[in-house]
Amino acid sequence: MTDTTAFYDLVVNGKRREVRDSWIGESLLYVLRERLGLMGSKGACEQGECGSCTVLLDGDAVCSCLVLAASAVGSDVVTVEGLASDGLTTDVQQAFVEQGAVQCGFCTPGLIVAVHHLLDHNPDPSAIEVKEALSGNICRCTGYGRIFAAVESVVAVRKGAAK
Amino acid sequence: MSVYMPTTVDEAVTLLVDNPGARLLTGGTDTMVEVNFNHLKPETVIGLRRVASLREFTITPQRIDIGAGVPYARMETGPLAEALPALAAAARTVGSPQIRAAGTLGGNLGTCSPAGDGLPVLAALDAVVNLRSPRGIRAVPFQEFMVGVKRNSRHADEIIESVSITPTTGYQDYAKVGVRNAMVISVASVCLVHDRTTASVRIALGAVGPTIIRAGEAETWLAAQVDASTTLPPDDGIATEFARRVAAEARPIDDHRSTAAYRRHAIQTLARRLYLRSTK
Repeated sequence: MTDTTAFYDLVVNGKRREVRDSWIGESLLYVLRERLGLMGSKGACEQGECGSCTVLLDGDAVCSCLVLAASAVGSDVVTVEGLASDGLTTDVQQAFVEQGAVQCGFCTPGLIVAVHHLLDHNPDPSAIEVKEALSGNICRCTGYGRIFAAVESVVAVRKGAAK
Repeated sequence: MSVYMPTTVDEAVTLLVDNPGARLLTGGTDTMVEVNFNHLKPETVIGLRRVASLREFTITPQRIDIGAGVPYARMETGPLAEALPALAAAARTVGSPQIRAAGTLGGNLGTCSPAGDGLPVLAALDAVVNLRSPRGIRAVPFQEFMVGVKRNSRHADEIIESVSITPTTGYQDYAKVGVRNAMVISVASVCLVHDRTTASVRIALGAVGPTIIRAGEAETWLAAQVDASTTLPPDDGIATEFARRVAAEARPIDDHRSTAAYRRHAIQTLARRLYLRSTK
């Protein structure tokens, strides 16, 4: 693949997506937003500090700004848009709404992806495990109290449903 | 700019020979920052994410091999963390969970920043870096691999394939000071490894010199004070003098992250702390 004629396909949210006429050095975040029109992942720091661009890459929560998009060929990419199977909201998204864990909303998509990743691997995390899992997602206006409350409520509801 | 995604080390080596100066990329946590900010526009990128063998590790009683593409997340818990607690401690201090899911020891070695969190651990464990080229594998002790600030002795046609570590028996840990508690680049760091088998205590310092520094004189001094073939004595005087000697071997500078004086102070405190922890 060379400079101006970068043609490659990515699998995003279960669908094969064509990336055409892009610069080969573009980050996955840039390609998701500017080439594929998926505006859920947010770009802020572009250096892996803020977590607002978090996506799942082959099941790992990573900063899409630090993934060379062309290196994700053949990988499974899931963005915040791909979390809800019914196209509506997930239980995590609903809990964020109900607990008031969204103020300006900029960090929210990254947090939603990070919370899904956490609870998929650890359905009953301790408070410190939640803090650790979300330590790569920076929020500057909501405050973490309501975000942690949202995670707690999802854990409680899922536990209740499992009984 | 071209991007290649080989699936074997041999294929990657061939690509590197055919594309001299190509940028090797695995997690992207260093390189992509430079690309995003237009500080770097590599002619050729060889992505190593699809090389499965680089993402494997093996643990035997005689030897531990860690593929250059194993992410830090897999060192934090599980068999690697049990075998190498100091590496696990260092891995937990790297960036955020997102960074640890992507970043690798190979990247740490390729970048060779004095603040790289994996590097003091490799230094204290006397790790060997295995470099693969068309000529075969060249095994380079870590202390000969890192030669300066962001400089290493990797040849242009070599790929960092793995690191090899001889298991030790005894306490080992890593401690670090940053400007806050999470998501920080190291201001000063220390790795201490006590090996009863070889009756040695090894201590390596990060972010306080152009390379990772092994405090060899302090190690020799300590060896003359204690019997390192058994648990080390919880002697406050020894701990304090050892830490003072360790700090004296640091070569810190003033920069945007800290001052030389504070870095030396931090090294002394961390060295003392790790020594005393090792006696428990």
